[in-house]
Amino acid sequence: MSASTMTREPAADAPAKRRAPLRPARVALHLFLGAVAIGWLFPIIWAVLTSLRSYDYTAANGYASLGGWTFDNYVTAWQTAEFGKHFLNSVWITVPAVLLTLFLASCVAFVIARFSWKLNIVLLGLFTAANLLPQQALLIPLFRLFTEVPLPEFMSDSELLYDSYWGLILVNVAFQCGFCVFVLSNYMKALPRDLYEAAMVDGASVWRQYWQVTMPLCRPALAALATLEVTWIYNEFFWATVLMRSGDKFPVTSSLNNLRGEFFTDNNLVSAGSVLVAIPTLAIFFLLQKQFVRGLTLGASKG
Amino acid sequence: MSDLPLIQADRAVPSPAATTTSTGGRGRRLRLLSRTDRVVITLMVLVPLLLVVALVWLPAVATVALSGTDWDGIGPLSEIEWVGGRNYSDVVNIYPPFVPAVQNNLLWLAALFVVATPFGMFLAVLLDKEIRGSRFYQTALYLPVVLSLALIGFVWQLIYSRDQGLLNAVLGGDTDWYGDPNVNIWAVLIAAGWRHVGYIMLLYLAGLKGVDPSLREAAAVDGASETSTFFRVVFPVMRPINIIVLVVTVIESLRAFDLVWVINKGRNGLELLSALVTQNVVGEASRIGFGSALATIMLVVSLVFITIYLATVMREDRR
Repeated sequence: MSASTMTREPAADAPAKRRAPLRPARVALHLFLGAVAIGWLFPIIWAVLTSLRSYDYTAANGYASLGGWTFDNYVTAWQTAEFGKHFLNSVWITVPAVLLTLFLASCVAFVIARFSWKLNIVLLGLFTAANLLPQQALLIPLFRLFTEVPLPEFMSDSELLYDSYWGLILVNVAFQCGFCVFVLSNYMKALPRDLYEAAMVDGASVWRQYWQVTMPLCRPALAALATLEVTWIYNEFFWATVLMRSGDKFPVTSSLNNLRGEFFTDNNLVSAGSVLVAIPTLAIFFLLQKQFVRGLTLGASKG
Repeated sequence: MSDLPLIQADRAVPSPAATTTSTGGRGRRLRLLSRTDRVVITLMVLVPLLLVVALVWLPAVATVALSGTDWDGIGPLSEIEWVGGRNYSDVVNIYPPFVPAVQNNLLWLAALFVVATPFGMFLAVLLDKEIRGSRFYQTALYLPVVLSLALIGFVWQLIYSRDQGLLNAVLGGDTDWYGDPNVNIWAVLIAAGWRHVGYIMLLYLAGLKGVDPSLREAAAVDGASETSTFFRVVFPVMRPINIIVLVVTVIESLRAFDLVWVINKGRNGLELLSALVTQNVVGEASRIGFGSALATIMLVVSLVFITIYLATVMREDRR
């Protein structure tokens, strides 16, 4: 008896003991990670630094110098590339797309999680796979589809799906739904079934079960997904470039090209523009980091 | 409680204890659904399904179908000519950018798979220990993940530009990192890897946190070193995550597009299958059948890996 308790104590001490003798290794670990972290942050730091310098100065003295600090690049970038308008375009596209994606995905996820029909696997597979297909491979038919499908004028001033906000919204919803269906169905499956029993005893319809029982409980997952989706749809570049033609309807990611001159590029200006474009995602990231991480990990493992 | 539409008169109210979640229980419940319920459920599934089928799956099928045609995208659908496998043989034989594009895609895959993904996994293992500042390191590493790839192209331009880039300013040379076909794919791969490492690190770290700690404790009690604990105990247990990481790597390498498109639209050393497809549609000549053949190749390869992914993930689900 005493022998077994004696063997147990060293094991309990093992984690504590492991920290002390590893001291030099710990230092090395921190140095390594620190170096990697700084290296990783470097391009962004460099972009910010460059954006704060005037082009004349850096042209004269090169970039590996100090001085010439100015905010002018930001002002010029904002005005030249009309960032105000393009940010608004991004909002017009991102917000409805995220809301619609989460709503539609939660509907499907609810049905998959709540009822166990044979079709569920097929549904889940269809949605998840749709999220993973390479978008360029689907460009041709989609492009043609978009140029053929008419929309009423209040929905699109080009009267087609092509070159309209709704077109971009719908295509983003279609592609992002799958991921959200996957994550939400996993999350909903983990909810206790007693809730539904109780709801059915109370005579709740399926819709009420969905809206009043399941959805409130899914708030953490929805918050995490909303964070991810806002980032992804805001950053979306391909469809915004090929399915939109009028320059003044471009969201902010595809309008960055406007800062590049035909023959010459003022890199300081481009970096100011890049920082401006990055600010919303960086802000979301820093404020909602936990949500962001949770969203990605819910999607990767079973959370 | 007598006017509830859901509960049939002959069945007693199911007691909470009767939540035997056998399929018998759930199957019986189907009969408890009112007509409104059935309509609602159908709509809840059908509307999203229609959207995804219409905008993703139908185009996928159409792409494969169009790859056997000789269409220039302008005329009406009724004028399409069927040419069978000619587009495919054209792609392989008389399309100069094809081979470089395949090479670059494979190179992209190899670089991610051999360098970026293992490095991300390694960092995840390091960060899995409870060390101070772990949050800072993690943040620094996956900051690039929140930036759009197009933006990353611009940011790295500041480093790679021949006249105004940092690299040339410091090294004193005048290599055109983005423009010289001998080096630009490597330059771009570094930028892509910069982002990929953070993404993989995050996924792997989440997986590591899910590993049962008693396994590690048991290994420690047996006197195993950290490395052998990892390779012999943790790594095998992480098999589903390993597969997911592998598939994500492949999918990301197939989807590489934004980065090369903002640099030079995928020419001159930066050819990629995805850029080639887009060039054939958006570019000067619009060769739909031909572009569709390229696109079908991409789809087929992707679907192989997507199937692996789905199989892994569904199997985990059922455990």
